[in-house]
Amino acid sequence: MDQELILELPNDIRSIEHAVEYVMRHCSTCCDYARRFNLNFRVGLTEALSNAMLYGNDSDPQKRIRVEVTVRVEEIAVRITDQGVGFDPTTIPDPTLPDNISKSGGRGIFLMRSLMDEVKFNDQGNSVTLVLRLEGEAGE
Amino acid sequence: MAFQVSKSGDVTVIDVEGQLIVGNRQELKQKVLEELEKGERRFVVNFSETGYIDSSGLGVLVSLSKKIREQEGELRLASLNEDLRTLFELTKLDTLFTIADSREEALEGL
Repeated sequence: MDQELILELPNDIRSIEHAVEYVMRHCSTCCDYARRFNLNFRVGLTEALSNAMLYGNDSDPQKRIRVEVTVRVEEIAVRITDQGVGFDPTTIPDPTLPDNISKSGGRGIFLMRSLMDEVKFNDQGNSVTLVLRLEGEAGE
Repeated sequence: MAFQVSKSGDVTVIDVEGQLIVGNRQELKQKVLEELEKGERRFVVNFSETGYIDSSGLGVLVSLSKKIREQEGELRLASLNEDLRTLFELTKLDTLFTIADSREEALEGL
């Protein structure tokens, strides 16, 4: 059976760590996952929240972030929606290219895409859904 | 405290306890820049007590490494666990930093 969790967060980067821990605890009560959950999901979620707060909502403290988590037997999906105008995710350069590697920013979406099984943006570009598949994870 | 600063000879060692993420990266940056301003040039950031690092944390390490090199100094990283090493490998930042298996190894020859 699906288990859902919905959070509304203030647009404050100090809330990210607590929000991630809360979601991780919620998900771990449903299943016993291992490394891909503890590393991939944690980092993917952190990146999506910080992108939403810093760039989507442009650090505006009046705006909020909506987090919707769905835990199924085979996967965890989390949708993060900000109140910004959105962006075009296809314009993000590859941070591992020689010209970009010594830049301080630009790795958030790359990490999300590297660590999660699916990363889908809505047409407006202000909502991202991350999916991590869990088959074979328990007890690893 | 997330960041503990100590000295080993003329090397400044910063232990990162917990996470290095968007919410605390400025604190690390400030601590290292303060030491740089005092004249310190050799740094080790030790991750033996670190849970995880996000892209902002990686970014601040890149930025600090650049600033330290500009002052003819060196920044080394130490004690990355398997998860943290994965993040450095994915982003190819393992090619940008000297990464030692332990604090002691990082201090050797620095």
